[in-house]
Amino acid sequence: MNNQTSKAELTIQDFTSDQEIRWCPGCGDYAIVKGVRKALAEIGTPPEKVVFVSGIGCAARFPYYMETYGFHTIHGRAPSFATGIKLANPDLDVWVVGGDGDMLSIGGNHTFHVMRRNVDVNILLFNNEIYGLTKGQYSPTSKIGTRSPSTPDGSLDYPVDPALFALGVGGKFVARAYDIGQKILPEVLKRAHSNNGASFVEILQNCHVYNDGVFEQVRDKGSIENQLFCEQGKPLIFGKDRDKGIRLNREKLSLEVVSLQDPGVTEADILIHEETNNILAKLLAEMRPPNGPMAFGVLYADPVQSYDSAVQEKVGHGTKGICDLNSLIRKGHTWSV
Amino acid sequence: MSGHPSPIAPNKDRENLESVVVRFAGDSGDGIQLTGGRFTDETALAGNDLVTFPDFPAEIRAPIGTTYGVSAFQIQFGSDSIQTAGDAPDVLVCMNPAALKVNIADLKIGGVIISDVGTFTDKNIEKAGYKNNPLEDASLKDYRTINIDISKLTLESVKETGVNKRDGQRCKNMWTLGLVSWMYERDIIRTVNWLEVKFNKQSDIAAANIAALKAGHAFGETAELPSSLPVFAVSPAKFPKGEYRTVTGTSALAWGLTAGCNLAELKLFFASYPITPASPLLHTLASLKEYNVTTFQAEDEIAAACAAIGASYGGALGVTSSSGPGIALKTEAIGLAIAAELPLLVVNAQRAGPSTGMPTKTEQSDLYLAVYGRNADSPMVVLAPRSSSDCFDVGMQAVQIATKFMTPVMILTDTFLVNAAEPWLLPDVDKIEAFPAQFRTDPNNFMPFARDEETGARPWVRPGTPGLTHRLGGLERGANTGNVSNDPDNHQKMTLARRNKILGIADKIPLQEIDLGDSEGDLAVVGWGSTYGSINQAVLSIREQGYKVSHIHVRNIWPLPSNLKDLLSGFKKILVPELNTGQLLTIIRAEYLANARGLNKVAGKPFRISEVEHAIKQCLDK
Ligand code: SF4
Repeated sequence: MNNQTSKAELTIQDFTSDQEIRWCPGCGDYAIVKGVRKALAEIGTPPEKVVFVSGIGCAARFPYYMETYGFHTIHGRAPSFATGIKLANPDLDVWVVGGDGDMLSIGGNHTFHVMRRNVDVNILLFNNEIYGLTKGQYSPTSKIGTRSPSTPDGSLDYPVDPALFALGVGGKFVARAYDIGQKILPEVLKRAHSNNGASFVEILQNCHVYNDGVFEQVRDKGSIENQLFCEQGKPLIFGKDRDKGIRLNREKLSLEVVSLQDPGVTEADILIHEETNNILAKLLAEMRPPNGPMAFGVLYADPVQSYDSAVQEKVGHGTKGICDLNSLIRKGHTWSV
Repeated sequence: MSGHPSPIAPNKDRENLESVVVRFAGDSGDGIQLTGGRFTDETALAGNDLVTFPDFPAEIRAPIGTTYGVSAFQIQFGSDSIQTAGDAPDVLVCMNPAALKVNIADLKIGGVIISDVGTFTDKNIEKAGYKNNPLEDASLKDYRTINIDISKLTLESVKETGVNKRDGQRCKNMWTLGLVSWMYERDIIRTVNWLEVKFNKQSDIAAANIAALKAGHAFGETAELPSSLPVFAVSPAKFPKGEYRTVTGTSALAWGLTAGCNLAELKLFFASYPITPASPLLHTLASLKEYNVTTFQAEDEIAAACAAIGASYGGALGVTSSSGPGIALKTEAIGLAIAAELPLLVVNAQRAGPSTGMPTKTEQSDLYLAVYGRNADSPMVVLAPRSSSDCFDVGMQAVQIATKFMTPVMILTDTFLVNAAEPWLLPDVDKIEAFPAQFRTDPNNFMPFARDEETGARPWVRPGTPGLTHRLGGLERGANTGNVSNDPDNHQKMTLARRNKILGIADKIPLQEIDLGDSEGDLAVVGWGSTYGSINQAVLSIREQGYKVSHIHVRNIWPLPSNLKDLLSGFKKILVPELNTGQLLTIIRAEYLANARGLNKVAGKPFRISEVEHAIKQCLDK
């Protein structure tokens, strides 16, 4: 999506609506809305060319807080509404916002298909591993054993990883960020925006009330040893002292953490991040403590033509002008009396 | 028209008929629908009025020779006005024993049965559930049977074209078409041309089909003619002057929606998910891209509805279609369009239910679903076309109402309407007055939920318009501002505003007319949708017998026309024939406290004229 504005001086304020935010104090969503506004100001698309579409849930209140066009729809279906909006009005920058329950449980099917089709929309999945708005039931991303009102003895079913899901259904742009990571979040969002096609961004988000600290190891202060920031063409090195790297274990076909201090390890052993490598992206997406750091940044970007642009190529002319309907209804055989 | 052979002077040695009903029946793989379609085309060319009734089995290719795999195509054509596909066939063409078994009960006593005896093998006879060969025992003594080995004659006719036996056998339907065309003096040249185009990449298949068609036609004229083979003449009908074509409900609706959107200066965005019998609408619209139509085959029914609503939000007109079970899935999304007050069209090609029901059979049982079938107080407009060609007008009207009043509109068609063909006097679309959709562009005093005084509609804003950014959604919206509101008084106010907006449309639509008869009398027969033809013919016939009966056919199901109550008060009794267990009946009773009674049929088939006539008489007697 390339709606660049002529006046480059858009600010965070230009994207801030007059509605009072109603998330719980301490909710990670506050940081996300800040990061999104910042990214939008930097992207520079005029607010009237931007639409935020959401389903149901805490995250889905997002559009009300953005001074853009916004459509708060029904549970799980935001990707379908967004598809219709983009096909009807291709000049718009369309953003989809939802939580893990909205987009991977009730709406999993639509998240799947919007990615597979590669509709040019930016999908922000706020993953807090819990149902917030319905008061704390476990979600499809909750770790096994999660205790919640609906699973008093701990959940029994295996969770899905959002980024891995997006890669699995054929997503061409998959990234990961986290709410309070205010350096990486706007950068990832800008990359998502510049990708022509479905861009999927998983944003780890702390639900302060029902799942506080669930991402402690990879998100909170002091978790730098568990954070891998992936950059195209750069070695996959991480840690406060940047002394650890990711190496491919050729026997097991898996990633492993190595110490650069280890005399047996050379710079050449460390994998270089290649965004177009789908296999590497999948390996990075599923890595997490204790088996390695959590990968952030653009894990995968291998653009192909978007569905909506392919559709536009096929459709005749614009909305102006009356077509020759008389010839349409007379196609084929007619006779006169 | 019912098809009594008329005793008027014979045309040469052909028996002259006012109208006739022919039914082709065979295996679902026999090409019955194609045969019927071609015969319809030839009949239109001969200048007859006509109505068709394609009747498919649920299975695409059921095991050969089984009764549940029988496909049928019925056509009534005549020299006078034809309004139904006919109560009972005069001629039944049976491609196998199962087709005979399934259809014989419908045939008129004294009617003609043409059978392909080549398929009446012991195995097929047994498969159809007969103990003995019905062509040989006395069971068909009330009919005129014509036994021809069509299978064998077809293979002989295609010999020179060099096709293999399998492809040769598949030309049986063309041989049969040739014969029936000859019986009714239909010109086969257009079918020859059509076959050449259809098989232009397989010249041997084209040649075989044409050879079979011509052989069937020639069979009638040669010495091989069985003495009992009847030949008929049906004179052209007296149509009003103008240009005509045959049209199915599917095509007429696709064109009506396209025309409506063009007249409203909107892009038509059509999102659907395959389902019987609604899919042909998707297929038809998919090839109309140059008319500013975008089609989208969604991943499911819900996504289709949501994408359509998204398109309307984006400034196009979103249309979604399905049949009953799929419409049920869309209801939550429709509720959002009602709440957010966005235009949306929902086409419901009704079929027999509940649940999966009988997917290929017709019914009118989604009227409750359309009028009442959503959570909360969520009114929407409901329209029902009465005939295939009427779908064109209803499609345009739906576009106009949805965009003018910012509301979803449901169009109720059914299996019969979407498949049935009839001649259509083509309108001059250039003469239809345009109704451009109004988009708000002025940022001064803009409020997303301020209402137009006349229509009660809120402004439609195309995203991308500067100065009008706003948010809306399914949470209750404050009057005027549209901001999220949980205020009790506001909800009361908004609920009433939504209700009154829809009810107010009754004053803006044409008044209900009486379709046949006087404005006062002993009985009003009130129908809706595809039953128009049967009811109209029944009332016509009853009136000829001197009864004071009138026909009122309702197109605007919700809101009902503002004068309907007054009209009904002119009649002592009210009869509501429907292909359901009494849905419009309930609404009429509830709305008007009227003592109406129903005629209800749920057999997966349209009404017969005689059924309606009988019910009218009973109603008058009691
Ligand atoms: S419930 Fe959790 S996710 Fe929802 S607003 Fe509160 S803290 Fe945020």
